[in-house]
Amino acid sequence: MKDVPVLLAALLLLTAQSAFADIGSRIWATGGVTTIEGSAGGGLVPWALLGSYASDEEWGGTLALSRAETDDYTLAVIGAGINWNNRVELTVARQSLDLDALVFTLSNGFGLEQDELNQDIFGAKIRLAGDVLYSPWGQWSAGIQYKRQRDFTVPAAIGARDDSGTDVYFSGSKVFFAALFDRNLLVNATARATRANQGGLLGFGGDRNNSYEVMAEASAGLFLNRRWLVGAEYRQKPDNLGFAGEDDWWDLFVAWVPDRRLAVTAAVVSLGDVATLEDQQGLYLSLQGSF
Amino acid sequence: MTRLISKAAILGLVVTAGLTLAGCQSAPETPEASLYQKLGKRAGIAQIVEDLLFLIVDDERINQQFKGLDVASFHRNLTDQLCQLSGGPCTYSGRGMREVHADMAITDTQFNALTENLILAMEENGVGTGAQNRLLKRLIPLYPDVRNL
Repeated sequence: MKDVPVLLAALLLLTAQSAFADIGSRIWATGGVTTIEGSAGGGLVPWALLGSYASDEEWGGTLALSRAETDDYTLAVIGAGINWNNRVELTVARQSLDLDALVFTLSNGFGLEQDELNQDIFGAKIRLAGDVLYSPWGQWSAGIQYKRQRDFTVPAAIGARDDSGTDVYFSGSKVFFAALFDRNLLVNATARATRANQGGLLGFGGDRNNSYEVMAEASAGLFLNRRWLVGAEYRQKPDNLGFAGEDDWWDLFVAWVPDRRLAVTAAVVSLGDVATLEDQQGLYLSLQGSF
Repeated sequence: MTRLISKAAILGLVVTAGLTLAGCQSAPETPEASLYQKLGKRAGIAQIVEDLLFLIVDDERINQQFKGLDVASFHRNLTDQLCQLSGGPCTYSGRGMREVHADMAITDTQFNALTENLILAMEENGVGTGAQNRLLKRLIPLYPDVRNL
């Protein structure tokens, strides 16, 4: 499917004008960074924040490259997004999972020759109410992620029912000023309805469970100053496939936002058991440019 | 698990290095009244407000809103207001925030621009992150009045 490059190009064209104009007005680091699914948030969890720095009279855009290397897998993500008036965020992302060690399991156990799984994710998020900095009750957003698994042979073989699915989530974010050691504390909570196996890379639904379930996700970060944010994330996961158990994800991250143009995020991630390969831990690195 | 711990240790080192680079001070100040001291008392606050005014004049997003302003009285009033908010011995004698901004139709973009300029002005005057955050915490309740919400 060639839609993603086309969409990426369209997004780039749309945002090209604003690339030459001033960058948006929202306060540093309040656009979050780009998650592995393209939506603005942390690394694993979408937040109620919308990407880029566009405020209520501005356009903004982001481009991000991310990579996670665990013991037996490598995930690479390219993502892009635009933000209109800090009201609507549209995103696209392409995930590529190198199966590395799983290749042998697949060829010996299933006779499948597959060394990579790819997925496209199209996201939309709307800020429903509030402002993460200025509203006492925080900022609230709702979003969807339409996911399309491009290599369904392997997920189908291990029991996944569908090659596409839509996650729906509701998210709240709030910065508490001078909350801890006089530092600003960012707190996020997200509820996600999903049928995705390992985020969708192993398809949607399965033999053990095939219906939507609501998952809880949360993260918190402390701004050491306006350029450095350290924190943690947790993401509950479904467990739909009899073939292999699926675990919740968590990470510890540090984000460096030297100015509005650039954000660098590093994290240690723990993805638990993934498709029979146990206790997947590793490092995550993400670069995001905003314009 | 040991691998993860060693990775976490590496990340910890990165954070520490970053903190050192960013020159971040930790030791939080406790007493409420010390915020006024941290801002450099009334003289320090007056300097911050002066630098803020220079930033506003150069800022295309908001300088129109300040056209025709009595700069001396604005400077005195805002200095008094920040002095009082930070626990200093001053009394703000200007008009109420909602009344002042009622016909200005301030947007979020403009509110963000002013917040940004205030942070920059505090940085220019060597105000630490903790004191900046404490002042912002006391200013943010004014948001609905300024935005006329």
